[in-house]
Amino acid sequence: MNSLLFSNITRFITLVLVQILICNQLNFMGNINPYIYILFLLLYPIGSNRMGFLFIAFSLGLIIDLFLDSGGANAAASLSIAYIRPIFLKFSFGAAYDYQSVKLNTAEALPRLTYFALMIFIHHFILFTLIYFDSSKFKMIIYNTLVNSGFTLILVLLLNTLFSSKKS
Amino acid sequence: MQQLLNFFFKNRTLILFLFLLSLSFGLTINSQDYQKSKFINSSAWVSGSIHTLFSDIGDYFYLKKENALLLAENNRLKSREYSLSITSSETLNLKKEYKLTPAAVVKNSYGFLNNYLTLDKGRNDQIREDLGVVNSRGIVGIIDKTTSKFSRVISILNTKSKVNAKLKKNNYFGSLEWNGENPRLVQLYDIQDLVKLNKGDTIVTSGYSSIFPENIPIGAIAAFKLNDTKDLYIIDVALFNDMTNLRHVHIIENLNKEELQILSTQDE
Repeated sequence: MNSLLFSNITRFITLVLVQILICNQLNFMGNINPYIYILFLLLYPIGSNRMGFLFIAFSLGLIIDLFLDSGGANAAASLSIAYIRPIFLKFSFGAAYDYQSVKLNTAEALPRLTYFALMIFIHHFILFTLIYFDSSKFKMIIYNTLVNSGFTLILVLLLNTLFSSKKS
Repeated sequence: MQQLLNFFFKNRTLILFLFLLSLSFGLTINSQDYQKSKFINSSAWVSGSIHTLFSDIGDYFYLKKENALLLAENNRLKSREYSLSITSSETLNLKKEYKLTPAAVVKNSYGFLNNYLTLDKGRNDQIREDLGVVNSRGIVGIIDKTTSKFSRVISILNTKSKVNAKLKKNNYFGSLEWNGENPRLVQLYDIQDLVKLNKGDTIVTSGYSSIFPENIPIGAIAAFKLNDTKDLYIIDVALFNDMTNLRHVHIIENLNKEELQILSTQDE
């Protein structure tokens, strides 16, 4: 349990630093920046206290907002995906989730991809809606959501494969 | 009462979610109105220090480019000095109107609708709100918030930024804003339709506001069209400045600002 807590704290700090110092300076092809910090929310232990998870998701988003001058957009987006995570887990992993036996490291590729993609898409959609906050910019919101989601998804999958411990 | 408590207990996750969500919405809406965003901004001490630490490292990668920029500016200033007929500047009784402070950019963004920069100079260096920020190629933005060590700049790439600008050749002036689409193009509004425009005409600051001195370069006309009522131009201005790569800037303080403000408020 302690090592789980420790690895989560390390992951939290590392992802925040990488997000602020590297990912938000990338500006790939103009303004495409991956939001890889949500990897923390994706990999947060399943079946842990939900209220605590909501708090952690909110503060994670708020810290990112603090550095990016984006008000509370990241906080709202992270909080929302943290809240709806069980629904997506159930949708992607089906019965395995009901029996509390999902292990993200050992799960099959397809359900994991579905789960990541859904979470990332919803997160980015809320994020860009709040950043632009203007219905006349709807085209830009959709464009940014799709492009950034794709970029984030690729990076998240790579990072996850790179750092996951294959202990079955 | 018991039932009410039960209800809250059963839905406590939902209630917490809604509470935190409204909190973050509140912060977002506050930040849209830039006068109010006091709490979350990058000139805050912690984020400012971290950004400084890492931009110090990043600076090394741009040394060559910065040197070239400095050389170009020095060259421009030297050539102006030599072409002036007066040799000794001490004989001139120049009145000082503007004070410039150099500063380094520790954080910059251009991918959002409302972009801000953070500079490494703050109240300890006599930096206040509403001072203009320029670099050797043109204007950058206006300071909107300061802490003791850092200050935050509303970039001209911010949909809330408004700068008075004019055509260099005939002094017609308008208001410079940004529509949030392209970080290399800003828009100049309110120029009358009877003005003759050409592509490539230079746009400079007008000097009507007390923030920027006159004739600071902004950009050149890239395209122009009439607005819906066909009486005013909407002009796309290609910036001279590369807003995506800023390292060193100057903060301009107008030393006559208070007097100017006394005059302009007397009219009202």
